[in-house]
Amino acid sequence: MSKQQVKMTVNGTEVSGEVEGRTLLIHFLRENLGLTGPHIGCETSHCGACTVDLDGRSVKSCTLFAVQAQDSDITTVEGMAAADGTLHAIQEGFMQEHGLQCGFCTPGMIMRTHRLLQENPDPTDEEIRWGISGNLCRCTGYQNIVKAVRYAAKKLNETTREAAE
Amino acid sequence: MSDAATMTLEEREATLGGVGTARKRKEDVRFIQGAGNYVDDVKLPGMVFGDFVRSPYAHARIKSINAEAALAVPGVKAVLTAADLKPLNLHYMPTLAGDVQAVLAEEKVLFQNQEVAFVIAEDRYIASDAAELVEVDYEELPPIVDAFKAMDEGAICLREDIQGKTEGAHGARKHDNHIFTWEIGDQEGADKALKDAEVTVKELVTYQRVHPSPLETCASIASMDKIKGELTLYGTFQAPHVVRTVASLLSGIPEHKIRVIAPDIGGGFGNKVGVYPGYVCSIVASIVLGVPVKWVEDRIENLSSTAFARDYHMTGELAATKDGKITGLKCHVLADHGAFDACADPTKWPAGFFNICTGSYDIPVAHVSVDGVYTNKAPGGVAYRCSFRVTEAAYMIERMMDVLAQKLEMDPAELRLKNFVQPAQFPYNSALGWEYDSGDYPTAMNQMMQAVDYAGLRREQAEQREKVARGESRTLMGIGVSFFTEIVGAGPSRNCDILGVAMFDSCEIRVHPTGSAIARLGTKSQGQAHETTYAQILATEIGIPSEDIGIEEGDTDTAPYGLGTYGSRSTPVAGAAAARVGRKIRAKAQKIAAHLLEVAEGDLEWEIDRFKVKGLPEKEATMKEIAWAAYNNLPEGMEPGLEAVDYYDPPNMTYPFGAYLCVADIDVDTGETSIRRFYALDDCGTRINPMVIEGQVHGGLTEAFGIAMGQEIAYDELGNVQGASLMDYFLPTAVETPVWETDFTVTPSPHHPIGAKGVGESPNVGGVPAFSNAVIDAFSHLGVKHMPMPHTAWRVWQQCHELGLTK
Repeated sequence: MSKQQVKMTVNGTEVSGEVEGRTLLIHFLRENLGLTGPHIGCETSHCGACTVDLDGRSVKSCTLFAVQAQDSDITTVEGMAAADGTLHAIQEGFMQEHGLQCGFCTPGMIMRTHRLLQENPDPTDEEIRWGISGNLCRCTGYQNIVKAVRYAAKKLNETTREAAE
Repeated sequence: MSDAATMTLEEREATLGGVGTARKRKEDVRFIQGAGNYVDDVKLPGMVFGDFVRSPYAHARIKSINAEAALAVPGVKAVLTAADLKPLNLHYMPTLAGDVQAVLAEEKVLFQNQEVAFVIAEDRYIASDAAELVEVDYEELPPIVDAFKAMDEGAICLREDIQGKTEGAHGARKHDNHIFTWEIGDQEGADKALKDAEVTVKELVTYQRVHPSPLETCASIASMDKIKGELTLYGTFQAPHVVRTVASLLSGIPEHKIRVIAPDIGGGFGNKVGVYPGYVCSIVASIVLGVPVKWVEDRIENLSSTAFARDYHMTGELAATKDGKITGLKCHVLADHGAFDACADPTKWPAGFFNICTGSYDIPVAHVSVDGVYTNKAPGGVAYRCSFRVTEAAYMIERMMDVLAQKLEMDPAELRLKNFVQPAQFPYNSALGWEYDSGDYPTAMNQMMQAVDYAGLRREQAEQREKVARGESRTLMGIGVSFFTEIVGAGPSRNCDILGVAMFDSCEIRVHPTGSAIARLGTKSQGQAHETTYAQILATEIGIPSEDIGIEEGDTDTAPYGLGTYGSRSTPVAGAAAARVGRKIRAKAQKIAAHLLEVAEGDLEWEIDRFKVKGLPEKEATMKEIAWAAYNNLPEGMEPGLEAVDYYDPPNMTYPFGAYLCVADIDVDTGETSIRRFYALDDCGTRINPMVIEGQVHGGLTEAFGIAMGQEIAYDELGNVQGASLMDYFLPTAVETPVWETDFTVTPSPHHPIGAKGVGESPNVGGVPAFSNAVIDAFSHLGVKHMPMPHTAWRVWQQCHELGLTK
């Protein structure tokens, strides 16, 4: 099958590669770029384990072709911690509040939370639950994920406030 | 001396991070940064991909298979069929239940999506394309979908490979589609109790076919090094050591030349205990092709072919006095095992530990019989977040308690309190042969009833019923009580083995000169936080901070042999081995300390992280100092080093228990159920890490909620699997999932070294009956005795409609 060149920015770095028209973005990220943080749980957009941030939206990279991501700006879980290794507030929240068990949904959950908190920096529990409802978790029962998101929101808001002062 | 010398006792305890602390998880650091290493993340040089051709029919004869077109696709390496496997005697593989299962279908297919051919190609896209091009000519046969019709006279024989065999792995077979009859208890006594009883109840309680559906599906990578004759097998294995033994027995490769690696696992819940055709095909393909072969199932394949759970049709009978004292129990189970008996049970237990079905009650006489049958459905019968068939047993007895309470016009909680095994009766010998280790049921029940204001809830329910009757409300309120006793931690070698290997478990530890340590165990976490909690057990035993103890599992080349993680056995068995290995280390450390302090061993006492000389508190040797001395300053004649190993064969299983309560509001016009409140009190004995326990309970309750309220792997009359995708199969999202309230009591296990019992599965076992009882309780005043799970809005609406409640 004929291949074509794609290029995009992933976690701040410009990358390119050869893909078939049908190559899914998740396979491009995982196989071509070696970014195995995003996972494949269903291939039908239900589970959200493959969620990445694309041009300011949460997308399920299992249902997007790599060619559709041409020239886009993508962030995966690998791009969340600071360059010096400092964890992002969301990552810290998941750890502090026991928001994960097997870890398989976690990269998707973290990326979804990242976008959710940009859209709604101070969500209620109900808004958090709706906000992450496209991401399935089989281990935690979500209660501690909700707490993790709350933890991150609080910390990010404090940081924003401090910066403003 | 280090700064440890100036620390207070409390500071030293805190630094230790031992048993009882809510230690943050060690595994999280990699998972939150996308640095986990799951099977599909593993990429080996030259690796190719396998994909299955699957049967569209539930029952059909294979007339021919033509792979020419598939083989012509550029990038396709090979197509394997049963004809290729047969000369190697690998077209069938043994199951854990003493049956065989087709790896690739030979003459017939017996369930929809059964594996027929395995296509290997350069990448997964090509493999998938080529699988579409394999032409299989089928002759359709009538399927058996209804388990109740499997043993009809004249029913078509499904398993021609064992046709006419009158003896199976578990005794006599009375029909070609019969697998076994398993019986236990006193039939005559139970019959007499029922005959003489003042009150009896009987109900068919079905626990529908469901699937564990962990977020990561099953996968394997086989890599055969033909020069060295060595096989490396990566896979989603809850029991990697057993997989190595099975792989050796099947392939003939000596066991020391097989290395099985279970890397990070994305949830298991019983799905990843068994051996599947994909694992075998990836091994064969790697042997044939000489390159690594990866197989990863997709979600539809996962739901429709690997490891269903339950499918138990349980007819329960209880005998009781008029005032509610139970005098006998009888239960017959029709067990639908699908096309092959691939239940993941200890060898001698074809119906698992279903005989825990007398539950938490002092029932004087009981009898259970289970008939397993073949149908045209996927094989499996795994323990989906429960010990073997324990959730089925708990569901049956907890449902029957409510049915009896209704007949006696007695409160369900009161009936349970009246029949509990009493604290003084432990260790308690049940009528069906188990010795319950410890429990205090009345305390747990009363604590639950007080916490939720049980009496107040019942008053509110009565008022609500009045309102509905007066037409002032369209919402019925249900209160579901569940009091469960589990049996976990398999198990004692006298009654538990897997393929002949006793169900012990193991821990090995090496303490390094600088005072840190590495420990390896025979279990395998799939999210249960073993790297965190085992280190806590060890920390308390050996006085080395849990932060300084690394934990490894899942690599058979380095870890000691163990039977793996399922049936809540990690804490009861491997956790016990960890405690005991720690005690071996401490015993040697004490000898070294005596040498360092120039006193007799008996003059020393242990304090958190060091030995002190009795009466001379300033004379002490810390574990850090002892570890260093173990490598350079030992008593005369002592072996250097500080290492130990322990293989633990438990004397008994453990019996966690709990009291759960669910409050449900049901909209009679839509049939929708809203869970207003769920309270879970668990007693898992000694609590190692309260944070992890609470997380396990939340997760298990959510799985129970999914099962009770929506999950079902159903088949139509042609044997087409209905809804084997996440579009139809209910995995609760954060929106539907209720908020959980957790609580606990602590009744240590008397035989476990630290008194712990295991907890991961309790919430599933206790949760399912609590939800189901709540839904049915909403209708109990209208004469409804039972409603089949799952309690979807559609089904509940049908019940409302039948009762004339809908508009």
